[in-house]
Amino acid sequence: MAVRRLADPALQPKSFAFTADNRAWAKKQIAKYPEGRQVSAVLPLLWRAQEQAGGWLPEKAIEHVAELLDLPRIRALEVATFYTMFNLEPVGRFHVQLCGTTPCVLRGADKLIELCHARIGEPQDVTEDGTFSWIEVECLGACVNAPAAQINYDYYEDLTPDSLNRILDDLAAGKPVRPGPQVDRQHSAPQGGRTTLIDPDLYRAGDHGGTREPVLSDAHAKRPGAPANVHEAGAPKPPVRNSSRQS
Amino acid sequence: MLADKDRIFKNLYGVHDWGLRGARARGAWDDTKALLAKGADWIIGEVKNSGLRGRGGAGFPTGLKWSFMPKKSDGRPHYLVINADESEPGTCKDRDIMRHDPHLLIEGSLLAGFAMNANTGYIYIRGEFVRERERLQAAIEQAYEAGLIGKNNIHGFPFDLILHHGAGAYICGEETALLESLEGKKGEPRLKPPFPANVGLYGCPSTVNNVESIAVVPDILRRGAHWFASIGRPNNTGTKVFCLSGHVEKPCNVEEAMGIPLRELLERHAGGVRGGWDNLLAVIPGGSSMPLIPGHQCDQLLMDFDGCRELKSALGTAAVIVMDKSTDIVRAMARISYFYKHESCGQCTPCREGMGWMWRVLTRMAEGRAQKREIDMLMEVTTQIEGHTICAFGDGAAWPVQGLIRHFRHEIERRIDEYTANPHPEPVEMAAE
Repeated sequence: MAVRRLADPALQPKSFAFTADNRAWAKKQIAKYPEGRQVSAVLPLLWRAQEQAGGWLPEKAIEHVAELLDLPRIRALEVATFYTMFNLEPVGRFHVQLCGTTPCVLRGADKLIELCHARIGEPQDVTEDGTFSWIEVECLGACVNAPAAQINYDYYEDLTPDSLNRILDDLAAGKPVRPGPQVDRQHSAPQGGRTTLIDPDLYRAGDHGGTREPVLSDAHAKRPGAPANVHEAGAPKPPVRNSSRQS
Repeated sequence: MLADKDRIFKNLYGVHDWGLRGARARGAWDDTKALLAKGADWIIGEVKNSGLRGRGGAGFPTGLKWSFMPKKSDGRPHYLVINADESEPGTCKDRDIMRHDPHLLIEGSLLAGFAMNANTGYIYIRGEFVRERERLQAAIEQAYEAGLIGKNNIHGFPFDLILHHGAGAYICGEETALLESLEGKKGEPRLKPPFPANVGLYGCPSTVNNVESIAVVPDILRRGAHWFASIGRPNNTGTKVFCLSGHVEKPCNVEEAMGIPLRELLERHAGGVRGGWDNLLAVIPGGSSMPLIPGHQCDQLLMDFDGCRELKSALGTAAVIVMDKSTDIVRAMARISYFYKHESCGQCTPCREGMGWMWRVLTRMAEGRAQKREIDMLMEVTTQIEGHTICAFGDGAAWPVQGLIRHFRHEIERRIDEYTANPHPEPVEMAAE
């Protein structure tokens, strides 16, 4: 578990209310869920509150969402402090979430962490001009494009210290940056060209095996194998050795 | 090697159009009505016969899971819930499905919803995937506009699909924690039983499936269960998206047949292990929760459920993390332990307290600042966590540590010896700190 607390009272704004647009949007979100289950919308509403408050969740914003959903204040606080993407402290205009889990570390995330320390400062600290802040996060789910970082909502993948530095430079200067892999590659395909999905016949219109003519009817039909569901019951787990009762 | 025509995810890399037009050209939404006309029992039967096992990690037979849903509604609605909270370290397959082939998922949801008489489906996508959510939402809206899903759709089965956005919690990938989160609470797993098939989302019968499990269903139904079952080995059938990460020349996602030898998988698609096959130290075959397999056992490793189980590991999500001989294996595992410490929901004491304890001990062991007897103590603590928590998170955190001790005990001992011979000034902390 990570200890997560609300920001210092000195940083908290005195009030918070959704703009008219956001309020209308919130109504639509709530309507997505069944009658009496409007609490389900707490996550989307907190997201929107975070966006409106400039990238973090002040206490008043959490309370405002609780009021909208007719939810006890503590329930909303519980949710806001449980989910780690809700920033409870102010963040920079560009909030860098650097993945530091093993697959990224194996591909050199350590050097990116050093870079962020040197360039931005301690995790959670906002630079003086309010441009950057950074934290180390757990797996971003872009492991084949490691190391990866999420800056605001975009993923930047296949990073090196140089390319991350350049991205931060460009962001600070207001220049356009290209999210995604920072090396020459097509998303998650291997660098240097695909090894699969190269058969042009796959993409010929109208030849894709419909319901009535299964694709197996061609010359290279596969023969059915042994019935695959002979062993359906999950194997029971062996009892756990209870070492406290060992003789 | 799997032929291109036998691949299900034809736009895995996003080269082609992700939208409805592109998906239709690749075969999605092709006379789905005819599939529905064959009835729910036929669909469940086909999925059973295909041998499809859940792609989210546990490998539970999907068709069997569907058949647990009540046949007749007792007045409560049924729900289909799709688990797109992909956060297992090493895994990034669902992301590609959602951003590049979203219509396979949407069509699969309709078919699965029909099979279980669920008129509403929820997709729970992880908070970090903002762009993927936008893409998937756009695809859902295309499907609504084309009348493929919705209240009055052309298929004659009312079906609503709602995309729900998480906010960064690994534990919400556990099915009951996901349901809690979907209900607007903290993601704390529920005690089972009752199982979600009886009491799930909002207290109604629900089934939670992984994105990949649902997205392969339309192809299974179109091409036939026997087609899917003919790929791979009995009990381990079909195709699977593998995520090859870590110390390989060219990390990538690739859809391959189940049961492909690990070495062939890595060398054909990922350019092989960095520095050659002999430079392989260990692999984690199925996402960080699974025990590692040392390099010398990998020559014969077949990448499917049974193949991995023979080597005391598991296929999990088929996220292969490769580590070559330059890896500091103890530190790599300590980092995984930190991940579990960070992500524990804190509900059960063995997990909440045990995760931090294991991480602290492993961090010391990575430097050699430990006693040799603490290795056994660590092993015992992992068995005290395993099986003593509400959900499988505790097991998933204990297994990688057990795998490390099982295969690399000598490495930990070597570091302890090295440190003892040349101790640093700081005192050695005891495990019971």
